[in-house]
Amino acid sequence: MPKVKIPRKSTLVDMTAMCDVAFLLLTFFMLTSNFTAKEPVKVETPTSISEIKIPETNIELILIDKTGKVFLGIDNQTHRLNLLKAMGEAYKINFTPVELKKYSLRATTGVPISQMKAFLALKDEDIDNPLAQKGIPCDSLDNQFKQWVYYARKENPLIRIAIKGDKETPFVVIKKVMKTLQDLRENRYNLITGLEEIPKD
Amino acid sequence: MAEINTGGGDHKGGKKRSKKASTRVDLTPMVDLGFLLITFFMLATTLIKPQTMEINMPSNDKVDKKDETKVKASKAITIILAKNNKVFYYFGDTDPKTKVEPTVIASDFSPKTGIRTMLLDRNKDIVAKIKALKKQKLLKRWSDEDFKKLATPIKSDKDAPVIMITATDEANYNNLVNILDEMQICNVSKYAIIDLTPHHKDLIKPLDK
Repeated sequence: MPKVKIPRKSTLVDMTAMCDVAFLLLTFFMLTSNFTAKEPVKVETPTSISEIKIPETNIELILIDKTGKVFLGIDNQTHRLNLLKAMGEAYKINFTPVELKKYSLRATTGVPISQMKAFLALKDEDIDNPLAQKGIPCDSLDNQFKQWVYYARKENPLIRIAIKGDKETPFVVIKKVMKTLQDLRENRYNLITGLEEIPKD
Repeated sequence: MAEINTGGGDHKGGKKRSKKASTRVDLTPMVDLGFLLITFFMLATTLIKPQTMEINMPSNDKVDKKDETKVKASKAITIILAKNNKVFYYFGDTDPKTKVEPTVIASDFSPKTGIRTMLLDRNKDIVAKIKALKKQKLLKRWSDEDFKKLATPIKSDKDAPVIMITATDEANYNNLVNILDEMQICNVSKYAIIDLTPHHKDLIKPLDK
């Protein structure tokens, strides 16, 4: 065999450029995106051609899933804590500071007030289970939903209501929610929808 | 591997220096870290801001009879949302003199043949005017606010149709959002969501099997 020495070239690649690209991408994502809040149930909103963006602050989110369960949340943590305290006083339930803090860590919750203490006592793995939350009752006999909305408004007078409903949410529930809002004289609210293309005539 | 030159090379007079260690740093783990962080941000955040539709409902306060604006029967359209994405509509209302019920027509949300064609037809003057206005907006480069200011009086013209929207209990939220969307597409600004009355139920019973 001829003695041809294959010239050995270095197999090491300079990673500086790659590192720069990676951090540029990272900076882009950090600056342009917003964290999505974890919602207790997955809701698929209907689409509409409206292009008005949801406001960023002072939002009260009313989440209605396709089985008709109602969840409610407001965007400020201190307000959430005070909201639960106010609800506790209205229904004569005493919440400990630990329970109040645990409640305020979750963005949207939907539990009948009588089961709230039991719900907050659940361990972390169980509390995230969507079946653990039964939804806020909004029937005419026991309209806890009305109290939640009333105290949320009292807590933050500038709050704006946004309803996020699923495509298949039965109209009965929506009717109840809208009627309750009308009773509370909350006549201006937003419906969260996905974006749809404007049809060409 | 990036070459990072540490200050190696200064001689401390006379002392026997040990062999210079290689000053090359391998940056591969740094890149891995960078991509891990990118993956985290890509999965935990969203670039899309959800859209909203604004709704204004009339207040529940009792209105004096004399303050209620009488809707001309020829301009009133009632839309009833029913199950399985069906839509029923009729023009005007029961004639108090002859007690003749209005004819109820069944429709749906399909883009070419559904309720949109009816609405566009009923509203054609306003739709045409808004279309002309939109063309002007493109030509003269108006801002959205100016366009809105000019569009609002056209839409709330006194001859514009007034639409009453109601739904049976079997309709779903998607139907409601779709009909409100149609209002926007067809440039209708006078509409209201009303309760379903037994009269409405009777009117659609023969058609809603």
